[in-house]
Amino acid sequence: MSNAIVQLLQPESVLLNCEFTSAEEVIKALGNKLFEAGFVKESFVGAAIEREKKLPTGLPLGGGINAAIPHTEIEHVIKPALGMATLKNEVNFKNMVLPDELVPVRLVFLLALEQPKAQVEMLQEVAGVLQNPKLVSDLLEKGSYKEIIETFEGA
Amino acid sequence: MDTPKRILVACGTAIATSTVVAKAIEEALKAKNINVTIRQCKAAEVKSLVGDADLVVTTTPVPSDLGVPVIQTLAFLTGIGREAVIEQIVEALKDK
Repeated sequence: MSNAIVQLLQPESVLLNCEFTSAEEVIKALGNKLFEAGFVKESFVGAAIEREKKLPTGLPLGGGINAAIPHTEIEHVIKPALGMATLKNEVNFKNMVLPDELVPVRLVFLLALEQPKAQVEMLQEVAGVLQNPKLVSDLLEKGSYKEIIETFEGA
Repeated sequence: MDTPKRILVACGTAIATSTVVAKAIEEALKAKNINVTIRQCKAAEVKSLVGDADLVVTTTPVPSDLGVPVIQTLAFLTGIGREAVIEQIVEALKDK
């Protein structure tokens, strides 16, 4: 039951089993996809990277696979969307609540948020995914957008 | 009903994680019959808004000298330690 995720997840911006070496690279790759698809302004990628440096979004999760949820101010967004990347190798993000600590991440949701209240369902669903270690590890094994959507729909 | 307790929920941009946290706290405390009003803000705004709050719950670092209890937690995002944090919030609001 992840309806809002399924609705907002863009086929162009689901990158699976990819190889990146830094948080910046991941945000750039996902953000550029959302830009090319018309969901965010050109300023989004730079703003999201800058924000990640100052206010990081790495989240250590219960199942041993960790996640990050980069996002930025609503002014850089044209319409709400979600990008997602599963990473072949762990990429370090900084811990949201303890920025001096590194979190090795394999699942990234890039959030393009337009208004806080309008996206509350999607945000709650993303938190629901993060709180479900089985679902997190299932997502990492999928090789196509279709499989990812089916996994969310079946969760 | 008692006067609602006032909780300031902070995160980086006041749009993403604080939305999830605010909603989760509201529901958890409602289930315990604790009446709260929740305001979301950016971490950078906490200092100027804390005067109206009984408690600050934040997912990003905030100054420590705020004069009210501060709970820094990712529990409402990751689920880890969630019940313990809810107890901590209930406890912090007790004498307010």
